[in-house]
Amino acid sequence: MTTIAKTRDGNTANGATAMVKAEGVHKSFGPAHVLKGIDLEVAPREVFCLIGPSGSGKSTFLRCINHLEQVNAGRLYVDGELVGYRQKGDKLYELRDAEVALKRRDIGMVFQRFNLFPHMTAIENIMEAPMQVRRETKAVARARAEKLLDRVGLADKAGGYPSQLSGGQQQRVAIARALAMEPKLMLFDEPTSALDPELVGDVLDVMRDLAEDGMTMIVVTHEMGFAREVGDALVFMDDGVVVESGHPREVLTNPQHDRTKSFLSKVL
Amino acid sequence: MSVEISKSDGPSDAPPSGPAGPEAIKAIPVRHYGRYVSAVVALALLATIIYAFSQGKINWGAVPDYFFDDRILKGVGQTMILTVLSMAIGVVGGIVLAVMRLSKNPVMSSIAWSYIWFFRGTPVLVQLMVWFNLGLVFEYINLGPIYKDYWASFMTPFLTALLGLGLNEAAYMAEICRAGLLSVDEGQTEASHALGMSHAKTLRRIVIPQAMRVIVPPTGNEVINMLKTTSLVATVQFYELLRYAQDIGQTSGAPVEMLFLAAAWYLLMTSILSIGQYYLERHYARGSLRSLPQTPFQKVKANLLSLGRPNGGTA
Repeated sequence: MTTIAKTRDGNTANGATAMVKAEGVHKSFGPAHVLKGIDLEVAPREVFCLIGPSGSGKSTFLRCINHLEQVNAGRLYVDGELVGYRQKGDKLYELRDAEVALKRRDIGMVFQRFNLFPHMTAIENIMEAPMQVRRETKAVARARAEKLLDRVGLADKAGGYPSQLSGGQQQRVAIARALAMEPKLMLFDEPTSALDPELVGDVLDVMRDLAEDGMTMIVVTHEMGFAREVGDALVFMDDGVVVESGHPREVLTNPQHDRTKSFLSKVL
Repeated sequence: MSVEISKSDGPSDAPPSGPAGPEAIKAIPVRHYGRYVSAVVALALLATIIYAFSQGKINWGAVPDYFFDDRILKGVGQTMILTVLSMAIGVVGGIVLAVMRLSKNPVMSSIAWSYIWFFRGTPVLVQLMVWFNLGLVFEYINLGPIYKDYWASFMTPFLTALLGLGLNEAAYMAEICRAGLLSVDEGQTEASHALGMSHAKTLRRIVIPQAMRVIVPPTGNEVINMLKTTSLVATVQFYELLRYAQDIGQTSGAPVEMLFLAAAWYLLMTSILSIGQYYLERHYARGSLRSLPQTPFQKVKANLLSLGRPNGGTA
């Protein structure tokens, strides 16, 4: 398994700090080797799209960035800081739960299945983390939540429970909930895969708006149209490795590898 | 197109069939003779039983005479105190045991498993008697400088009853709480963690409120069960409703009548608890149902309002 010399850090070649930098990242679940050495770099303000067949490790990689899974080998940095471990001398220490929670505050995550809190209304979902984690007052949290709901086009649904909202509306509330913590990085794990086709557009519009605002976004998606139009960089993953990467328009219109070609011929 | 329905005709079951519409079907309904027969048989049996009880050698007049007797009321109070306190021990103990059982620490989960195995596997009546007689094992209770006494004088009937019932209940509540915690989707925990919330906050703000929907209904059953099980502690010399009723029965010469009296009180208390359970379940159903079911009070109100409208309103 790959091990990386300890002197490396999360800096890019030109000195600017990459928002996310992966160096030979490996991840196994028991005997299943899911990530087999991922190297990639996401610049600030970039919309970075991850595509590939299911089981290729895209979601696992995304979950590693947010400490929902722990990297087994290699190094993963977010904003120049090592993910999952603390380095002291040449020893690595696992992060304590409180340290992990602190790092997660700056990373927003949107799930395929929304995962809204069903016992809270839309606006309570958005206010929960700012009030519980950042100890904001109710008034401050509510004011921001109202603004965010307005931004995702759901100002009139503030008092609705998730079960009273459509899938597309739930996902937009989930995006607003992640944005309420004012993250520097947003992770999208197949945000439109569980939606009816006619609801996909609304969610993508919100994501496009977010991209134009300069948010750094890593998007695992099957929406090639979105990747082509909004993405700044695109990576095709298969069987735990990066097969091909480049600008979305180039990779999608002129794939170099056979595996990329055969995948794209099926989804486009 | 306008269809005129004059209200003076009164309600009509036939759908308004326009000139072009198909004729409404008028069929002879199936007669379920079996239902009539079974209903008559059941009612006849019920009447026979009621008649037998009313003609038996039971002095029904004694029941209202003693219904609000001071001793009975005191017994009701003791029963309620014991129910509330032993349920409190049961719920707190159950949550602790459930968390231990789900813990990644193998020692903790084994201890919780063994506790549940033992307390669920032995009759509560036996447990109560053992608590009462633990003086054979521990002659003294010695908490250092805080407290020291003979076991027999420390272990009062009340404490015996409380510990016996509460510790037994904890084993059952542990399984109920564990099922509740496991019923909450893992995505909820992940979403909460992803927002930067700690384990404790996630448990308290996200997981437990959702687990309550699964925990409350069986817990309501447990409370009702507990209320009735308290009658067992008469065997360890604790005076509660049944014990007082039996005492009155011996002195007043109406022992069976007093049993009916006690039964009536238990039924009254469990009925009140059932109402409380209904509202508690309704509270924790927030967000899981598109619209909450009406409370009985709201139903009555709605019915009264609709009476004012002709034909109940069709919209």
